[in-house]
Amino acid sequence: MPTLYDILTLLPELYLVAAVCLILLLDAFMKPAQRPQLHWISIVVLLVAIYLVVAGQPEQTATAFNGMFVRDHVAEILKVFALGLTAVVFVYARPYMIDRKLFGGEFYSLMIFAVLGVMVLVSAGNLVTIYLGLALLSLSSYALVALNRDALLPPEAAIKYFVLSALAGGMLLYGMSMVYGASGMGGTPTLDLAKLHDVMAYTTAPKLLLLGLIFMLVGIGFELGVAPFHMWLPDVYHGAPTPVTTFIGAVSKLAAFGLAWRLLEVGMGDLSRYWQPMLAALATASLVLGNLVAIVQTNFKRMMAYSTISHMGYVLLGLSAATPEGYSAALFYVICYALMSAAAFGVMLVLTRAGFECEEISDFKGLNQKAPWMAFLMLLAMFSLAGVPPLFGFWAKVLVLEAAIHADMLWLAIVGIVAAFIGLYYYLYVIKVMYFDTAEEGAVVEVKADTSLRVVLSVNALALLALGLYWGPLLAWCQRAFGV
Amino acid sequence: MFTHLLSLLIWLPIVGAVPVLLAGSARPMLARWLALLITIATFVISLWLLRYDPNGSVMQLQETHVWIATWGVHFTLAVDGISVALILMTTFVGILVIGGAWKVIQNRPHQYMACMLLLEGLLIGVFCATDALVFYAFFEAVLIPMYILIGMWGGPRRVYATLKLFIYTFTGSVFMLIALLYLYQKAHTFDLATLAALPLTFKEQAWLFFGFLIAFAIKVPMVPVHTWLPDAHVEAPTGGSVWLAAVMLKIGTYGMVRFILPITPDAGAHFAWIVIVLSLVAIIYIGYVALVQEDMKKLVAYSSVAHMGFVTLGIFMAFMLVREGGNTEMASLGMQGAMVQMISHGFVSGAMFTCIGVMYDRTHTRQIKDYGGVINMMPWFGFFYVLFAMANCGLPGTSGFVGEFMVILASFSASPWIALFATFTLIIGAGYTLWLVKRVLWGPVTTEHVRHMTPMTARETWVLIGFAVAVLAIGMWPQPLVHLMDSSVAHLVQQLAVHKI
Repeated sequence: MPTLYDILTLLPELYLVAAVCLILLLDAFMKPAQRPQLHWISIVVLLVAIYLVVAGQPEQTATAFNGMFVRDHVAEILKVFALGLTAVVFVYARPYMIDRKLFGGEFYSLMIFAVLGVMVLVSAGNLVTIYLGLALLSLSSYALVALNRDALLPPEAAIKYFVLSALAGGMLLYGMSMVYGASGMGGTPTLDLAKLHDVMAYTTAPKLLLLGLIFMLVGIGFELGVAPFHMWLPDVYHGAPTPVTTFIGAVSKLAAFGLAWRLLEVGMGDLSRYWQPMLAALATASLVLGNLVAIVQTNFKRMMAYSTISHMGYVLLGLSAATPEGYSAALFYVICYALMSAAAFGVMLVLTRAGFECEEISDFKGLNQKAPWMAFLMLLAMFSLAGVPPLFGFWAKVLVLEAAIHADMLWLAIVGIVAAFIGLYYYLYVIKVMYFDTAEEGAVVEVKADTSLRVVLSVNALALLALGLYWGPLLAWCQRAFGV
Repeated sequence: MFTHLLSLLIWLPIVGAVPVLLAGSARPMLARWLALLITIATFVISLWLLRYDPNGSVMQLQETHVWIATWGVHFTLAVDGISVALILMTTFVGILVIGGAWKVIQNRPHQYMACMLLLEGLLIGVFCATDALVFYAFFEAVLIPMYILIGMWGGPRRVYATLKLFIYTFTGSVFMLIALLYLYQKAHTFDLATLAALPLTFKEQAWLFFGFLIAFAIKVPMVPVHTWLPDAHVEAPTGGSVWLAAVMLKIGTYGMVRFILPITPDAGAHFAWIVIVLSLVAIIYIGYVALVQEDMKKLVAYSSVAHMGFVTLGIFMAFMLVREGGNTEMASLGMQGAMVQMISHGFVSGAMFTCIGVMYDRTHTRQIKDYGGVINMMPWFGFFYVLFAMANCGLPGTSGFVGEFMVILASFSASPWIALFATFTLIIGAGYTLWLVKRVLWGPVTTEHVRHMTPMTARETWVLIGFAVAVLAIGMWPQPLVHLMDSSVAHLVQQLAVHKI
């Protein structure tokens, strides 16, 4: 029987379930003329959820349902940013969805279901909860990718995403079953992450445990989108409606970080000497492949996809340090990346209209002439992604590099640095297109008049500058979560 | 005001860029006036730096703000005599570039002016940061306005040039970042004074030395990593060229003085010969390369590389003198010469590029063969041009002479051979500069381009007068400048004499 304490610990999630059911009902019973209000209702729902997460946050780590659900500071940070960025995506998405006649309750309810999955996932204290959260996130994501079902690309992308994700999910489950089995050999079998931590010490089947770890790493690698498990990313980014791409680029990465940390550190922390080199190898592959392949992309969304691959390499750089400093640096990086990619896609969404996706890099030609403010915001996002000081992205890079050096992985830090200047080119190229090229005759760039979109986007992009100038509090928050 | 003088100097132009941008393309005159007023205000405020007391402690006007508490990073600023001289040069040149671009830039002038102000603020930041991470942030951030500046207002191959500039210098400085992070592991701080006192093994010093050297050598630039400079100079608008030559190159040598000398003195002494040889190659070989250039801007760009060779020669010569002969006095002289050369080259090259800009605005060509007999059409311009050309080849009485003479003098006591090679610059430098003057200024008017040249406007004259005053003042009476930097240079020589192993 769940106690009141359990329910209170789980309050934000339970509230969100209730709210999303309400939205589904409202969508079904509202008159078409009132539908647009769903937008604001959904945003309020998310903001209230943020309040519940922060206000109810216990000082010490709280667990509910016999350790199935953990509410700690890491989960708090990830939830706040996941919910906040989802609200941002709603604001960015509205004109896009209206233009393409996709606006409706299903977008909002699916998104909230997905972010609910993120919340469950990052708070998981048990292998089952992890998979539960991941499944909720993935299932909603497949549907979101295919939202524009009459177009050519989205269903293709959704199928690819579904098939590959199912495969990776299978790998993850298979790995979990091996870990479970290994925990039962020489002790009581357990699915609890905290208890799994010491399995290595007593298990009579250490090889099985390691094999399980490797299979789980495949699943983690897939969710993060690191090479060589990155194949789905460019197609999904390209095929999905841009707001959904924004969501996958920003919020899903937060979730993937939570997944990796929960499984690797909370669950398998004792095996860090085994998974450290594996993560380092994955990081190297992602950094090199992501940056090199991004150079030749002509489609902005695909370029951003490869850029994501390389940035997740940096996150792994921090994770593979396997120290509290490393984890906090990785968390800092993933938050930073989420903000940067949301800003970049946001500018793209401002410029799209029905029949014009603005997804080729050449579509940005001469943007500085037509819309200098939007060009400036994109410039901030690009320099931040490239890691040029004083922008936010630079400090995030410094932190993960420092963590890697601190963990005696100087070579990995050097790989990261070399990747940084390979990656420089394609970000600079976008700026070149916006600022140095003149707009082609006939190419009409229109900036959406939507005030809320422009305001939120400006805040989002300027945050990259502001946080670049003063990133201390955010770092302190991240470090406190890991007890640095 | 005095307690936050340095912060004010950094942030006034940077924050000032915002209203200039907001003036928009609809009100270009407002943007220009605002930019000019802000640069003048910055210059006037920077004059307070002259209160720097050369007999007092080395670092003065210290400011410390806690920045990132959990990381122990402080936003610390302070100046010594060298920084004061460089900051004053920056703020002075800042006014002149705004004046120089007044009418020339018609395409989005507000963004151009904002870039200029950003550059000025960031460069001042480089010169007064005493925390390595703050230094690095400014050092790299300079690239952002520079990239935009060359890419938007540059010549036909501007995209190639600006990408090359960005990627080259960024590549170099990331190695410095690794070096800094390594030092942070050892010292748990980025404070330069603490890092200077940090004991390091020779192996560590050697790696750090090369990490720093790559970053700064590309910025200076030294042979063989100088190839970005001619491209960037040729394509940059006049203002961009002036910033590049006058101030941006100096942050490379300034970085050497701030990082290599105090942090890795033993490795520096051991590998000084590499830098000395490369400097001599720059002085002689690049001098010859300058001789055959057909593009005026390229010629001056190569001459910049050669002149910066003198600065690096002077700095690293000090290692040889102190470590091998114990000759502190001569080492100080050489270092002092290098510093004076930095300031002098800032004004001379800035002036040369401004002169080329003045001609280019009338003819829209930089090819030497398109000119000839300019003196007939623009007599006053000819006067200034000859003056700066003389300063460029180091004529006594101009600023160019002082630094070169001091460096040659010091190098003679290290090794007469080095002095001999260094002295070649006087011949080669005179060769390419005078030949340039001969082909451009003298002779009859032969081309249509020149025939349509109009005399200088009052604005252009004032800008050139500004440069001329600086060049002559330093040349005739270098004593105040030398005195300003004296104790700081002595401190540097002390630092590089310390054995840290």
